[in-house]
Amino acid sequence: MSQFTSGFWDVYIAAISLVSIVACAVFLKLQSVRKAAEADTTGHTWDEDLAEYNNPLPRWWMWLFYVTIVFSLAYLVFYPGLGSFSGTLGWSQVKQLEEETARADARFGPIFDKFAAQEVAALAKNPAALAIGQKLFLNYCAQCHASDAGGSRGFPNLTDLEWLWGGTPEAIKTSITEGRLGVMPAWGPVLGEEGVKDVAHYVMSLSGMPADSMRIAPGKETFAKVCVACHGPEAKGNPAMGAPDLTDKVWLHGGSEPQIIESIGKGHTDQMPAQKDILSSAKIHLLTAYVYSLSGAERAPHRR
Amino acid sequence: MARASLKIVKDSGEAATEQTLYEVRRKIYPRAVSGWFAAWRWALVWATQFVFYGGPWLTWNERQAVLFDIAHRKFYIFGLVFWPQDIIYLAILLIISALALFLFTAMAGRLWCGYACPQTVYTEIFLWVERLIEGDRVRRMKLDRDALTPRKFARKAAKHGVWIAIALWTGFTFVGYFTPVRELWGEAVNLSTGPWETFWCLFYGFATYGNAGWMREQVCIYMCPYARFQSAMFDEDTLIITYDRERGEPRGSRARRADPAALGLGHCVDCDICVQVCPTGIDIRDGLQYQCISCAACIDGCNQVMDRLGYPRGLIRYSTQHAVTRRLTRAQARAFRPRVLVYSAILCGVIIAAAGGLWLRVPLKVDVIRDRAAIAREVEGGQIENVYRLQIMNTAETARIFEIRAEGLPTLQLASEPRVELGATASRLVPVRLRLQPGAAPEGTHRIEFSVAAVGLEGVAVREKSVFIVR
Repeated sequence: MSQFTSGFWDVYIAAISLVSIVACAVFLKLQSVRKAAEADTTGHTWDEDLAEYNNPLPRWWMWLFYVTIVFSLAYLVFYPGLGSFSGTLGWSQVKQLEEETARADARFGPIFDKFAAQEVAALAKNPAALAIGQKLFLNYCAQCHASDAGGSRGFPNLTDLEWLWGGTPEAIKTSITEGRLGVMPAWGPVLGEEGVKDVAHYVMSLSGMPADSMRIAPGKETFAKVCVACHGPEAKGNPAMGAPDLTDKVWLHGGSEPQIIESIGKGHTDQMPAQKDILSSAKIHLLTAYVYSLSGAERAPHRR
Repeated sequence: MARASLKIVKDSGEAATEQTLYEVRRKIYPRAVSGWFAAWRWALVWATQFVFYGGPWLTWNERQAVLFDIAHRKFYIFGLVFWPQDIIYLAILLIISALALFLFTAMAGRLWCGYACPQTVYTEIFLWVERLIEGDRVRRMKLDRDALTPRKFARKAAKHGVWIAIALWTGFTFVGYFTPVRELWGEAVNLSTGPWETFWCLFYGFATYGNAGWMREQVCIYMCPYARFQSAMFDEDTLIITYDRERGEPRGSRARRADPAALGLGHCVDCDICVQVCPTGIDIRDGLQYQCISCAACIDGCNQVMDRLGYPRGLIRYSTQHAVTRRLTRAQARAFRPRVLVYSAILCGVIIAAAGGLWLRVPLKVDVIRDRAAIAREVEGGQIENVYRLQIMNTAETARIFEIRAEGLPTLQLASEPRVELGATASRLVPVRLRLQPGAAPEGTHRIEFSVAAVGLEGVAVREKSVFIVR
């Protein structure tokens, strides 16, 4: 904030605060007594003849008002409030948050630590660990991968046995911790419209879909020159760079002809954001176990 | 009631006096009183405190019968378990309380203040202790005037000791409604209650001690908002504590056997008993005042005097302004006027609605949360799949199995586990997948309905609306 304002405003606000408090005290003192006037009224008159009975408050009540003045002064000494003066207690919102976070860590840490010491494969069979894992998943992952981890277009399904970056506990953990960036370059400008279509039909034939037999041969030729670098000679993909297996029925960006043509022609950039700055390693460990259990690699009780 | 005390600040020629707008409290020493209304008040003291102190110790379903478990957000009241979602019942309870206050106040003035308010009840208990240890009004006044002797100190110490004991027990009982009282008792015995439990025990105890021992009528006069707005609900047919001026005046003392008519006197013997018994220190003969909490102590006091003198009772009595000014008989007084009937009708309506609502309450709650980012996906065979989260809350105190169904579109099917088991008063978030055959519905948003029903239990079922999106 300080870059937007000058030091004058700190002084100005501090002065207003202090003057107001002193004014309250003076006003209170002045208004505690009145000139003895008409016997039982306060001496105020509204609407021509409307007077107010003097029903005095008890004396201790008046002292409460003075107590609030003392309280406000003490508050301004101890806590921030007087311009840029940060108070003698050094309290700040950030510090309070840090303290609360530390308390929560101290309380919940042991629960996570107990699981962190176990193998992922073992945790994937432990209902208590999976229950926590599911909660974490619903909080942090379900936005993209859906509540059932089934994914949607552009976001992989985590419940099948097909893995873009590998389905071992280590690979899953790396995906969550470091994130992943999968890039399919746009081949449209290089191959031309017809070239892309040829490759698309070859790819369709790989997974047993009906394809234009006239296009398969030229497509295969192009595939062997261009696509093989990432997807491999048998089009089985490469988990080292997240290149998908093209011979199965799992399509991250849609498996219809126009969708495949678009994927080849325009390319894709898929990013899984890194969670290491958001989640503790113990939480990532539990998430790994949960995701691992979903794929059915381990027949955990949580598997639907 | 004393007006502001006069204080002469300076004396410069004219009578320039200044008057403080805050007065020093005059301590009130209410005299003990017995009679019909005092008996009623004591009956209510017993009734309310029996419920309050005893409540937490009752057991139901192997748990505390009445427990407001804030940490777990569940309120147990005998067989009922209220969740935060049941806040409507709290609203209804408050509506019933407000309407009951309206009705009783319109009928008989500040009945609540005089007989049932905790401030009155605890003041009554504390006064009783005070009377037991220090004696009645005159002896208390003398004790306060006396110099501090060991005897006076001992009495005061004993009084405050008993007050503090009652106050602490009250604070403990209060906390016992929010944390299991038997565990709390174990902790209290070992002085190992948690920081918040300790705070609330002491705070509520301190409030009891301070309000019933020291503040007393000042709470009613200066602090209580209900006192003020009850006065606004009076009308000319409301029963109030009234001094029969016509019968009483001119007041004056007389010999016991003297004929008041011959002396030119009314029935008021100016004995001041009505002032001495008043817990707020007013003189009811000055008419209705905002300080009057309608405790009827003056009625009991005056009736005793009237009995002794052989005069008819009721010089001070419950009556209405109309009845007094128009000299109406009890039969002519309009207790059942439109306002009272309207309040009664609304109150009955709300109570019946609340009872019906509670009776028909299903011990199951379901919230459907549609996945937002993943709108719809195509799965094998071109089927369209939508994903939902069902927050299923089993509010019953037994574990149950629930079956999930969805309907509203042809070929709509559940593609995830249809049955879930939930423990007693447990809640679970269940991801649910619905599938639709290709072409079964056009692109767009379609209304569907989930139904969740307890397996093998008729009537424990909830239907919730949602949408299915085809894309």
